Amino acid sequence: MPEVTEAPVEEPRPVSAHIGVRVENVSRSFAGRRGAVEALRGMSLRARPGEVVAVVGASGCGKSTLLELICGLQQPDAGTVAADPAVLMPQRDLLLPWASALDNAALALRARGVGRERARAAARPWFERFGLAGFESARPAALSGGMRQRVAFVRTLLAGKPVLALDEPFAALDALTRQEVQAWLAQTLAAEPRTVVLVTHDVEEAVLLADEVVVMSPRPGRAVATLPVGLARPRRRTDAAVVALRERALQALGAAT
Amino acid sequence: MSSGLRRVGGALPALAIVIVLVAAWELYAASGEVDSLLLPAPHEIAQALWEDRALLWDNFTVTAGEVLLGIVVAAVAGLACAVAIHLSPTLRRAVYPLLVASQTVPIPIFASLLVVWLGFGIAPKLVIIALIAFFPIAVTTLDALAAVDPEQRRLMRTLDASRLRTFRFVEAPAALPGLFSGAKIAVAVAVIGAVFAEQSGSDKGLGHLVQQAVPQMLTARAYAAVLILSAFAIALFGLLSLAERIALPWAFESRGGRSR
Ligand SMILES: Nc1ncnc2c1ncn2[C@@H]1O[C@H](COP(=O)(O)OP(=O)(O)OP(=O)(O)O)[C@@H](O)[C@H]1O
Ligand SMILES: [Mg+2]
Repeated sequence: MPEVTEAPVEEPRPVSAHIGVRVENVSRSFAGRRGAVEALRGMSLRARPGEVVAVVGASGCGKSTLLELICGLQQPDAGTVAADPAVLMPQRDLLLPWASALDNAALALRARGVGRERARAAARPWFERFGLAGFESARPAALSGGMRQRVAFVRTLLAGKPVLALDEPFAALDALTRQEVQAWLAQTLAAEPRTVVLVTHDVEEAVLLADEVVVMSPRPGRAVATLPVGLARPRRRTDAAVVALRERALQALGAAT
Repeated sequence: MSSGLRRVGGALPALAIVIVLVAAWELYAASGEVDSLLLPAPHEIAQALWEDRALLWDNFTVTAGEVLLGIVVAAVAGLACAVAIHLSPTLRRAVYPLLVASQTVPIPIFASLLVVWLGFGIAPKLVIIALIAFFPIAVTTLDALAAVDPEQRRLMRTLDASRLRTFRFVEAPAALPGLFSGAKIAVAVAVIGAVFAEQSGSDKGLGHLVQQAVPQMLTARAYAAVLILSAFAIALFGLLSLAERIALPWAFESRGGRSR
């Protein structure tokens, strides 16, 4: 595991958080050309402040929809969503093709009116941390998929929101980089707790990072199992408890589909 | 192959087509099928280009000035329209139909009216050029602004960006390629606009020269003027393409190298 150097100068300060994320009995459907598509039906999820909740489920079961609801980008048809201010790391990185990697990360601060140089200065230390040093001025087209995801991740962290809604943030990373970035995420969260809703298709990743794993049914999605992880950190994928939990989560997922 | 050589190589097909066309034209003119007063042979046009070079140059500088200034006015007006319509749904409903309608105004009729209002100076020419050239700029810019990924806008919302900052950091840069596309269309129509404007009331410019030359049976001179106008439009188009590559390198790159 890489060593932590010193903390970034302008560590984003989450504003005071007290709700975490509370999703209760939420339904959401979309009007399609061939009738309505019901993405979520009776979905519930709870993440207490500072908790990491992983969400796993089949493709199309409404995971991205759930995150958009948490971020207030969509409204539920029924049920309630209450959450502290949340920032979304979208499934597609949505980096701006004309801006350098550094400016893409700094966008989170620029969007709130921080000046260009201050925003860049705040983003730079994170590039070191996430193995992006030397690529500050590269445009997204010159970055690998994994690097792009890491830039998008830095942008998400810099937004300084108490809730992070991460949509498969590490999907494009190779196994090794993935472990590394997972370790960074765990450390970043340990140093500075945030409420995290982490959508992933990797059950092992869910068990390694989360305090709780929520398994969703196929569309229309709802929570069919909630597995508390309750293991000490740092966790290793070879720990017997991690392996056992991973199997349980996989079983729940298999039973759901 | 170096990129310079490749560029020259890329121009070869176009050059070949031009040579073939000119040769065919020359043969056709020599065949006597058509009166040389109606269609002068290429060598006659070349001759006129050389012999009337001072006259052509003087009139070219007038027209070129009108076109360049007209495009600037058109770009400012087109950009302003696009941004205003983009930012305000009310303006979209109120102004967009009028923009389309503005393109149906018959220029010759309107041009005479402008001469009455604004006289024989450069002002009525700028109005006409701007009137027909601002439209492609406004439409392509507007389309590019509207084509911004809605997910990108929602991302800006979760980053707490105001409408204006979303415009500044996301929409405006995304619209620049559209602006350039519009400007490239605009240069061609701007040249036509300048000719129309000069023919409706002017005592100089290549459009005026063409109008004078035809009744004086100086058809070759008229063709020479048209040739210069075409070359000018091509040059402007090329300059814009070059400026686009320099100003927006990101629009030309994709994974695995340059794409267009
Ligand atoms: N804006 C929309 N309009 C219409 N249908 C939508 C919209 N957003 C989502 N859906 C539908 O809702 C369902 C759930 O979509 P969602 O993107 O939330 O799935 P997901 O769980 O994130 O899938 P994946 O794992 O493949 O990313 C899908 O069937 C999708 O077609
Ligand atoms: Mg998704």
